[in-house]
Amino acid sequence: MDAAGRGDGGPATAAPAPAASEGRAPALQLDGLTRCFAEREALAGVTLTLGAGQTLAVLGPNGAGKTTLLRVLATLLRPHAGSVRVLGDALPHEAWRARARIGLLAHDPLLYRELSARENLRFHARLHGVAPGRVEELLAALRMTARAGEPLRALSRGMVQRVAIARAVLHEPALLLLDEPYANLDPAATALAEPLIGAGAPGARVICSHDPTGALAQADLVLGLRGGRPALLGAPDAIERDQIERLYR
Amino acid sequence: MSQAAPSIQPAAERPLAPGAAAPATGDAGPPPGGATRPHGPGLATTIAAVLRKELLVELRTLESLPGMSLFAVTTFVVFHFALNRGSVDGDLAAGILWVTLLFAAMLGVNRLFVADADQGGLDAFLLAPVDRSALLVAKALALLAYLAVLELVAVPAFALLLLGPSLWHAMPALLAVLALADLGVAAIGTLVAALAVRTRARDLLGPLLALPLLIPVVIGAARASAPLLSFGHGGGPGARWLALLALYDLVFGLIAYAVFDFLLED
Repeated sequence: MDAAGRGDGGPATAAPAPAASEGRAPALQLDGLTRCFAEREALAGVTLTLGAGQTLAVLGPNGAGKTTLLRVLATLLRPHAGSVRVLGDALPHEAWRARARIGLLAHDPLLYRELSARENLRFHARLHGVAPGRVEELLAALRMTARAGEPLRALSRGMVQRVAIARAVLHEPALLLLDEPYANLDPAATALAEPLIGAGAPGARVICSHDPTGALAQADLVLGLRGGRPALLGAPDAIERDQIERLYR
Repeated sequence: MSQAAPSIQPAAERPLAPGAAAPATGDAGPPPGGATRPHGPGLATTIAAVLRKELLVELRTLESLPGMSLFAVTTFVVFHFALNRGSVDGDLAAGILWVTLLFAAMLGVNRLFVADADQGGLDAFLLAPVDRSALLVAKALALLAYLAVLELVAVPAFALLLLGPSLWHAMPALLAVLALADLGVAAIGTLVAALAVRTRARDLLGPLLALPLLIPVVIGAARASAPLLSFGHGGGPGARWLALLALYDLVFGLIAYAVFDFLLED
């Protein structure tokens, strides 16, 4: 398989766009990344390089390994084979150094239901050494100030997703790992979240999505996973519609 | 909603939170957004943040404390009727008190990491650039607080329902025994709770692992408190039993500190 996803196997690679990454370590350098759960390979032979400030769209059917990839990159799962560098730091040995610069917006909000949005965000601000003023700033940016004192369990899923976005960007990470970031958001909330996690957000992004059109529009590089293995890798303009469709068949 | 969305101040222009370490210098250059904090807050700040969150969640949910206290009081009531005697003292009293406290403590141990595991708080903590030992210390301190509240309810209830001799004069020595035993229960309880929470049989695994490990605590605490619960208070708590409890606390505290990081690893 070549960089555009055509071909017949072997590890897929793609070089970063030189203009975006000059003078900075690539956001991601994966070489043969493999991760197993017991005997099952959830990810195998993922090889790619994502330049600093670039966006990687990860596509694939359910169970393809997208969430596992995000959790490995977030340092929550160890790679079992291959080498992984996140923002220049090798995992798992230098994970402690990478963590401060990674923001994860996972499928679950990673927030306490009994605490309010403000209490949750202040707790995470303390863990990241961020001043409390940043919490109020983000609550206002996401138009959550009025409901910030209510326990999370009393908020709608869309509002919880807004708080989760605030948590993920609280420490202004250099790499955002986004799993279906716009899930449960209405158009107005999506517009509010855009400067924080959208194309204009600072830093590199990895977006897992079931919306190929939206993901391709934002991506500098596209990775298609199927059964944990890379089935597609390349620049979005080099990928054809039927290749995406084959990914989900 | 009519709030205007304000602009976001760049991180480089904002102050760090109190207790946060200064951004590291000498890196290959700041990442986009200007926020580079490879070193998170200090250990004390992290412990305080996690402990505060822990107590706040317990205060809101009341998932541990009422259950622990009610269990202890109910057990004393059951003993009161089952033993068919007006009062107990000495070894028997000490045995009843410590076995009841230990089983009540298991209820708190079982719940210690449940909110974190079920709601993703554990993952969020692991994503933060903090010393992971802070979680052990904060959880152990929270468990110690729960045990203190449990004993505030259970010990007077025990004196009222079962104990023959007056507890008043023995109280300072009994408090020392309670404190030493609680430290051991908190260290082992936190360690076992962290181990069990990621398993499907966590409610079973917690007590199965903790109870054998806590047998020395029960022996030490029961032997130390037996003279205090006797008529005439036959001597002090026994220095060697207090020393045993202190040694246990030290050894298992260090073991918990040493292995806790590995328990959190994938």
